Amino acid sequence: MQWESWSAFWDMGGSALYVWGSYAVTAACVAVELLLLFRRRSETARRLLRLRRAAPPGRPAAGGNEEKT
Amino acid sequence: MRDLNEKDLRGKSLMRFASPQVFYPVAGRFAPWFAAVAAVLAVAGLYVGFFVAPTDFQQGEVYRVIFIHVPAAWMSMFVYLVMAFWSAVGLVLNTRLSFMMARALAPTGAMFCFVALWTGALWGKPTWGTYWVWDARLTSQLLLLFLYLGYIALTEAIEDSRRADRAGAILALVGAVNVPIIYFSVQWWNTLHQGASVSLTKAPSMATTMLAGMLLMALAAWAYTFATAFWRVRSLILERERHTDWVGAELERLGSR
Repeated sequence: MQWESWSAFWDMGGSALYVWGSYAVTAACVAVELLLLFRRRSETARRLLRLRRAAPPGRPAAGGNEEKT
Repeated sequence: MRDLNEKDLRGKSLMRFASPQVFYPVAGRFAPWFAAVAAVLAVAGLYVGFFVAPTDFQQGEVYRVIFIHVPAAWMSMFVYLVMAFWSAVGLVLNTRLSFMMARALAPTGAMFCFVALWTGALWGKPTWGTYWVWDARLTSQLLLLFLYLGYIALTEAIEDSRRADRAGAILALVGAVNVPIIYFSVQWWNTLHQGASVSLTKAPSMATTMLAGMLLMALAAWAYTFATAFWRVRSLILERERHTDWVGAELERLGSR
């Protein structure tokens, strides 16, 4: 164990701002990425299902039939 | 766009994994495991980094930024090379899934690139006295972030997915030249940024635990990248293959949950 107390741990030898600033922003980045990832998945699934029910794909038109969204 | 028949699905060749229909469930099965492995490795890496690795005799405690800074910087370069690799495969073999894989990796690579720059700035202030300096290492790493963002913007802006894939692939390949420049910048130019692993060779007695923490975090970042890329490619596959029967069935299944 490298620390005499928890307050010494949180103080990081006076470098708390730099160390915890790094770790906090990294954790936030990971959390935001995962949030966007799962939100995108459920939104994509819902949107595509709606499109499909509105216009079931029979024979795709020649040259593709990309929806303009 | 037809669905694969039984015979196609039972093919022995590895190339069958190039089929989005085959890869979709595979990615779905593996992603949670990679995420779990990433979480376990990250906890182990943080434990080693904060409670086992000793204080650095020169930098004190602030050096502990290294446990995210170096893995994030490694991953930002590595992910870009993997993106360029899949782009090249896509251009040569014309496999749709290769392009989708490249596009699924970009946001995670951009995230690691930003994290490397951010933690570098916060580490630079107490050790160099400045958050930012326009030296070769920092400037080329910033360029990498712009390459990631440019790739994402370009591929999102072009509506025709086939053209978007190809335009993005060319940007990814041209930009790959920047990766060796980042890596070797500390040798080629006189940079403020230290050379590779200098802090580790300075104090050999400390090297092992510091290195262990760093490698655990690097493996965690690697597993995390697999998980996010696999999850993201599944959304891309649904989007791209939405006119097929199997995606229709999958959408109904997801919608009924």
